[in-house]
Amino acid sequence: MRLLSYIRSLAMKFFHRSQVAQDLDDEVGAHIQLRADDLERSGLDRATAERRARLEFGAAEKFKDESYEALGGNFLDTLQQDVRLALRMLRKSPSFTVLAVLTLALAIGANAVVFALMDGLILRPLNVPQSENLRGTVYGEDTGFQSYPNYRDLRDRNHSFEDLAAFNFAFVGLDTGSQPTIAYGFATTGNYFNVLRVQPYLGRFYSSADEHGPNSAPYLVLSYPYWHSRFHDDRNVIGRVVQLNKHPFTVIGVTAPEFRGTMRFISPEFFMPIVNQQQVDGRDIETARGNENAIFETFGHLKAGVTPAQALADVNAVADYLRKAYPKEFGQKNATLARPGLTSFHGAVDEFMTGLMMLAGLILLAACANLGGLFAARAADRSREVALRLALGSSRKRILRQMLTEAVLISLIGGMAGLGGSILLLHRIAVWQPIANTPIHLPVSPRVELYLVALALAVVSGFLFGIVPVRQVLRANPYEIVKAGSSGRAGRRVTLRDVLLVAQIALCAVLVTASMVALRGLSRSMNAPLGFEPHRALLVNTNLVMAGYGNEQVPEMQKRMIHALETIPGVEHVGLVNGYAPLLYAAAGRKNVFKEEVTDLRPANAAASPYDYQVSPGYFQAAGTMLLAGRDFTWHDDKNAPAVAIANRQFAINMFGSVTNALGRYFKSQEGRRVQVVGVVEDGKYMNLTENQEPAVFCPSLQDPASQSDIIVRAGGNPQQIAAAIRGKLRQLDSGLPVDAATWSSQLDTVLFPARVATMSLGVLGMMGAILSITGVFGMAAYSVSKRLRELGIRIALGGRRKEVLHAALGRAFKLLALGSAAGMAFGMLSTKLLAFVVYQATPRDPLVLAGVVVAMGLLGLLATWVPARRALSIDPLVLLREE
Amino acid sequence: MTDQAQLLPGTLDLLILKAVSLGPLHGYGVLLRIGQISGQALLIEQGALYPALFRLVRQGLLKASWGTSENNRRAKFYELTTAGRKRLREEVEGWNRLAAAIGSALGAQPEEV
Repeated sequence: MRLLSYIRSLAMKFFHRSQVAQDLDDEVGAHIQLRADDLERSGLDRATAERRARLEFGAAEKFKDESYEALGGNFLDTLQQDVRLALRMLRKSPSFTVLAVLTLALAIGANAVVFALMDGLILRPLNVPQSENLRGTVYGEDTGFQSYPNYRDLRDRNHSFEDLAAFNFAFVGLDTGSQPTIAYGFATTGNYFNVLRVQPYLGRFYSSADEHGPNSAPYLVLSYPYWHSRFHDDRNVIGRVVQLNKHPFTVIGVTAPEFRGTMRFISPEFFMPIVNQQQVDGRDIETARGNENAIFETFGHLKAGVTPAQALADVNAVADYLRKAYPKEFGQKNATLARPGLTSFHGAVDEFMTGLMMLAGLILLAACANLGGLFAARAADRSREVALRLALGSSRKRILRQMLTEAVLISLIGGMAGLGGSILLLHRIAVWQPIANTPIHLPVSPRVELYLVALALAVVSGFLFGIVPVRQVLRANPYEIVKAGSSGRAGRRVTLRDVLLVAQIALCAVLVTASMVALRGLSRSMNAPLGFEPHRALLVNTNLVMAGYGNEQVPEMQKRMIHALETIPGVEHVGLVNGYAPLLYAAAGRKNVFKEEVTDLRPANAAASPYDYQVSPGYFQAAGTMLLAGRDFTWHDDKNAPAVAIANRQFAINMFGSVTNALGRYFKSQEGRRVQVVGVVEDGKYMNLTENQEPAVFCPSLQDPASQSDIIVRAGGNPQQIAAAIRGKLRQLDSGLPVDAATWSSQLDTVLFPARVATMSLGVLGMMGAILSITGVFGMAAYSVSKRLRELGIRIALGGRRKEVLHAALGRAFKLLALGSAAGMAFGMLSTKLLAFVVYQATPRDPLVLAGVVVAMGLLGLLATWVPARRALSIDPLVLLREE
Repeated sequence: MTDQAQLLPGTLDLLILKAVSLGPLHGYGVLLRIGQISGQALLIEQGALYPALFRLVRQGLLKASWGTSENNRRAKFYELTTAGRKRLREEVEGWNRLAAAIGSALGAQPEEV
C-alpha cells in the first residue's frame, strides 16, 4: 500500500511533471486567496489582505521546493537539473571547458592505452578454450627452455597435467614453386593443438598419432593471416606440397583467425611438427638431453582438482628424478609455473608495465591537481553567484552537488575524448609491426574492461578535483562576499590552489626527469663500447640447409662464399660467425667450460659459463674487434688440427688471471676436449646492451660447423650497392639459397627496440607532463594577472617599471614553479628504482639530466607565462580604471 | 503570540492527521482546524504545512482531490485513508502513553521517591 502510493507519487511526478508543478502553484495560490478572504472579512481592503496573506505564508518558493522534494525520487530529478545547469555553465566559459576536457582527455587517454597494453600483455588469458588452468613451466630466470628428452620425461612422468605440449621457433625458407621466402613459425609437439583444444578453420591439424620418430610427419599448418596474405585465401591449398628448406611438406590445415599461437606478441606464420625439425634446420633435438635450448616452452591444462602448488611439486619431483638419472646432462634449474605466453619475458614485461602504469597514474594525478586548481579559481570567481544562491535559500549541499556534477561531467566528456583517442591509437598499435619482417605484433584491442576502467578513472578523477573547492563553498559567508564585491583581496597567504600547483608541477617535473633519464639511458646504450664496429658492416644471413646442403658440405661452401665475397670491389674484410652475430635476436648461447684438470664434467663443476661463438678466420677484422694478444684463426684450424680458442679479455682474466697468462693455456670443453687459448680479443656485448661484462670464447667454425651463419662484410661505399653485389655473387654460387643482407646497424635496431620503446613511452609521458605543467602555470598566471588587473593598472599609472610590474604579476607563479620543480627533481632522484623498471642505467644523478630538467622546466615556465605577461604589460590604466 | 507553544518535532504530522480525521479539509482549512482544536495555542508556519501534507500523501496516509471551498474557491481537499486512520490511532496511543509517562514523571513529589 505504502509502496504503491510511493510509486504512484513518483510516477505522477515523472510523467506529469508540469501538472504536478501547476497543482502545487494552484494549491498555494488557493491557500493565499482563502487567507486573504478571511483577512478581508476582518476589515482590510483586498490588496492589503492579499499582500498580508502572502507575507504570512512565508518563502513560497522554498516551501514549494520542499513539497516537491517530499514527493520523493528527487535524486534523479536534481541530477537532471544539475546536469542542465552544469552544461549551461560550461557553455558560458568555453575556453575553461576546452582546457579542462583536453587535460583530462590526455590523462585518461594515456591511462587507457597503458591499461590496454597491460591487458593485452599480462592480464588477458590466451585466446584458447579453458585457458584459465593452462600452466607453463619456467626454469630459473624466466625461461622455459629445456631439452626435448627432458620434456618427454616430464610429459610421461607427471601426474598433474592432462597432457603437456611444447614448441620452439622455426625460421625456414618456404618455397611454393617460385622464389623461396623466409617464414617464421613454431615447431610444435604433435599434441600441441589437442592440448590447446582449438579447432582448424580449414582442413585438419596434426596430432600425436602422426608422429612416428624423426622426420615422420611432413605436415604443415598455416596460420590464418599467413594463409590470407601468402596464399590469398585459396581453399585448395589443403593437400598442396610446399618446400620447407628444400624438403616437401603437405599443407593439411589452416588455423582459425582468432588463434595466434601461444606467444603473446609473436604471431607464427605456420606450425610444423617438432619431430621434423631436424630435417628442416638440422637441429637434432630428439636425442640430445644436454641441449637445453631445444624446447622454448612447455605447457598444459592442470587436471581437475590439482592446484598449481601440487603441480609444481610434481614437476620438481620429476626434475629431481632426472637430475639423479642423468647427472652429466641435466643442468636445469628448479621450476616455477606461470601462465603461458610470456615465459621468457615475464619479468621484463611486468616491470615495464608496472613502471608505465605508475607514471600514467602520475599523469592523471597531475591532471587532477591541475583541474582542481582551475576549479578552485573558478569557484573563487563564482563566489558572488554562490553567495547569492545561499542568500536566496539554496542549501550548501545543493551547491556542492551542483559543482561536483559539473566536475564529473567535464571528466566524463574528457574521459570519452581520451578513450576515443586511445582506441584510435590502439588500432594503430595492433597492426603495427615494430620490427620489419618479423612476426612481432602487440595484441592490443579494446575490451569491455577498458571502457569500464576509463569510466571509473573519469568518475574518480572528477570527484578528486571536484572536491577541491568544497571548503571554499562551505566557508562562504554570503553577506561578506556580496558586500566585498568581485575584486576581493589579493590573497597573500598560501592557498590550496598554490599547494595544488606546486604538487602538480612537482609531478610533472618527475615525469620530465623520467623522460630525460630515459633519453640519456638510450644514448648511453647506443654509445656503449660494443666490442665490434657495426658501422660500415653488412650482415649476410644464410642457412645452407635451406638450399639442401648436408652437414659435411657446409664448411667448404662457407669458405667458397667468403672467398667469393672478398672479390667484390670495396670490400675490405669478410668473416663468418655461426648462428647470429653478437647482440642479434638475443641468440647468444653459453656453454660450460672446466679447468684443465677437472675430470667429472657435471654442470656444478664448471669453472665458467662464457658466451660461445664459432667464427671463421678473418671474423675479428671483419667485425672490427681488436685482437689484444696472440693470433687469429687460420684456414688450417680445422677438424684435423688441435682444438684452439680465442678468449675475450674477461674470460682470460677469470680463468687465467691476466691476458698474457692466458696465451697458450688450456681449458676443457663440455665434451671433454682440451682446448688451447691462442689469442685474446677485447671485451664486448653479447646478449644485450645492458649486460654486465661477460666472458666469451670464440672457437673456429671449421672445427664446429653449422649451416646457419652470419657473414660479416666490411666495406666502404654505398651499402645498397654492396648488398646487391653480395646477392649477385651468392646467386652465382647457388641460385636456390635465400640470402638476407642488411647493414649491421639496421639489424641492431632490433636490439635497441626495447630501449627505444621505453624511451618513446617515457618521452610521450614526459611531454604530457610538460603540457600539463604549462597549462597549470598558465592558468595560475593568467588568473593572478586578471585578478590584479586594477592593481597593475595603478602601478603602471604611477610609473612602475616593466620589471616591477612583471614581478608583481608573475613573481608568485615563478616562485611556485621553482618550488615545484625542485620538489619534483628531488622526487625524481628518489624514484630511480621506479625508473629502473622502465629504462636501464637509470640514474637521475646525472649532471646533464639535472641541467636538462632545470632548463626544461624554466622554458616551460617562460612559455606558460608569456601570454599573461604580455597582458600585464599591455594594460592601459586609463581604460581599466574607467571600466570599474 | 507569546502564549502560543512551539510544536515538538514530529507532532505536526500527528496534528494534521487529527485535523483531517474530523472531515476533509483543504490546506488552509487544516491550519484553521488545528488552531481551533488547540484553542489557538499552537503556531504553525503556514507554508511549512505543505511539505508535510505532501509527505503524508506520499506515505499513503492522506489522499487528495480537488474540490470547491465554502466560499466558492477551487481548492485541494485532503482526507484520511484507511492506513492514515490506523496510523492516527497508533500515534494517539503512543502520544498518550508518552504524555502520561512524562506527566507522572514531572508530577513526582519528594516523599514518593
